[in-house]
Amino acid sequence: MTSALNWSYLVAAVCFILALRGLSSPRAARPGNLIGAFGMLVALALTLAAAHIDNVALLVVAMAVGVAIGVPAARLVRMTAMPQMVAAFNGVGGGAAALVAVADYIGNANGAALSSGYRLAVVLGVLIGCVSFSGSVVAFAKLQELMTGRPIVYPGQQVVNAAGGVAVFALAVAAVAGAHLALLWVLAVLCLGLGVALVLPIGGADVPVVISLLNSFTGLAVAASGFVLHNFVLIVAGTLVGASGTLLTRMMSAAMGRSLVNIIFGAFGAAATDAAVAGTGAERTVRTGTAEDIGTLLAYSQRVVVVPGYGLAVAQAQHSIRDLATLLEERGVEVTYAIHPVAGRMPGHMNVLLAEADVPYEQLKELEEANDVMSITDVTLVVGANDVVNPAARDSPGSPIYGMPIINVDEAAHIVFMKRSMRPGFAGIDNELLYNPKTTLLFGDAKATLTALVAAVKAA
Amino acid sequence: MTSFYVLFTIFVLSVFLGVEVISKVPSILHTPLMSGTNAIHGIILVGAIAVLGSAHTTTLRIVGFVAVVLATVNVVGGFVVTDRMLEMFKGRRPAKRPADGEQT
Repeated sequence: MTSALNWSYLVAAVCFILALRGLSSPRAARPGNLIGAFGMLVALALTLAAAHIDNVALLVVAMAVGVAIGVPAARLVRMTAMPQMVAAFNGVGGGAAALVAVADYIGNANGAALSSGYRLAVVLGVLIGCVSFSGSVVAFAKLQELMTGRPIVYPGQQVVNAAGGVAVFALAVAAVAGAHLALLWVLAVLCLGLGVALVLPIGGADVPVVISLLNSFTGLAVAASGFVLHNFVLIVAGTLVGASGTLLTRMMSAAMGRSLVNIIFGAFGAAATDAAVAGTGAERTVRTGTAEDIGTLLAYSQRVVVVPGYGLAVAQAQHSIRDLATLLEERGVEVTYAIHPVAGRMPGHMNVLLAEADVPYEQLKELEEANDVMSITDVTLVVGANDVVNPAARDSPGSPIYGMPIINVDEAAHIVFMKRSMRPGFAGIDNELLYNPKTTLLFGDAKATLTALVAAVKAA
Repeated sequence: MTSFYVLFTIFVLSVFLGVEVISKVPSILHTPLMSGTNAIHGIILVGAIAVLGSAHTTTLRIVGFVAVVLATVNVVGGFVVTDRMLEMFKGRRPAKRPADGEQT
């Protein structure tokens, strides 16, 4: 039986690798994910079939509850709410990893002599798992707008956090030296606090990067639990996730032009910048247009680049923008979409939302590719995006988003900026682009405005 | 029982494998990647089942029960959500008419 179980673990490990490799292309990604699910199923089935399983009734109930929560949540979540869903699923995984480590320790404590290597694995599983769990809960709350998306800072925060970090470290060392169950529980509680403290000062726009980081944490917690249980499939799967998550986190912070350290600890000094930002704005003239003007402009252009942002998704206007693009293409206008790596609320989020509206992925251009053709573009249509086109990221070193690569829409002949109001974007920074002489503003709900534009293009 | 050195070797090799496999993923698939890896660490369910399956005290049964519930949510939620996302990535289809009766 044990050998069958081990073979199933190998099958699962190979399937997971194939699943990750499938994500190299949109076409292979879905079959890849199904292969991963198949591997998971094989490993679970043989684990359940193992001879020494007790508490069968409890096990069945627990899994039924898990399915009853997980499946509807995953089925019903709106694509716009995807980042917080990922945060939630990540958090529960981290919590499970921590509990598995603790439980194995409790089960062993009265019997076998425990090596320090084993204690180290338990401590790491608890530490990383708890941080990931509570951090994910806070990240979820921020994105779900159950709490403010702004960085939460208070005087002496650095001192408090540093003290917390030192306490966790000291406890962890003590627990590895000579573990005690009570010590582990205290460590778990402290780490839960640390996870909260880690994510609280992080601003809404940076939360997705943190989710990716926490995702890799959960992977590492699972790997640590694998060392605890001497289970190699946990080690392989957990480490794959840990390593890939770390790399993805670095790619994401690079896309925002910032270092990971700056994202996690940057908000501590942000209070002054916020005040400076609040001072600007207002009392400046902007040019607004009507849907008819813009419709005519679009209809007689040769090249139009759409820059979609989260506002598009909030208004559920993915389908309307697709309709407009189709109409323009029928008139011979070349339409592409410029997708900033952090458009939406998560890297690649906007691609998912546009894919939902049947926009072919060949039309979606990445940042550099889009910028290359910007100077020969007639009209850029900025729909619900803000920070990713803000020239402050390029031109004003004092700005909190300075250094983030942006889509250079101001190189195009005309800029059409569709906005709900003059309110600044997610990062809370005023946008100089609104006052650019090439810019025409079109106020209103994205969906309603786009519908009006479709009518105007038809009439043109 | 597998020796620590073998496990540690597996760990180190997996680090390299993880980096290698992910470095080829295009940025348009970063969200599904995050969600897909999220589903994969749901393998902790195997560990949670082992814990609950060998629990012989009330404390352990409670801890194991909670662990199995959490891990199950992670696994099924992770795979279902990833599949939903990837289902939407389609290429350009020839002469596609705007969908009829579409409602939002």
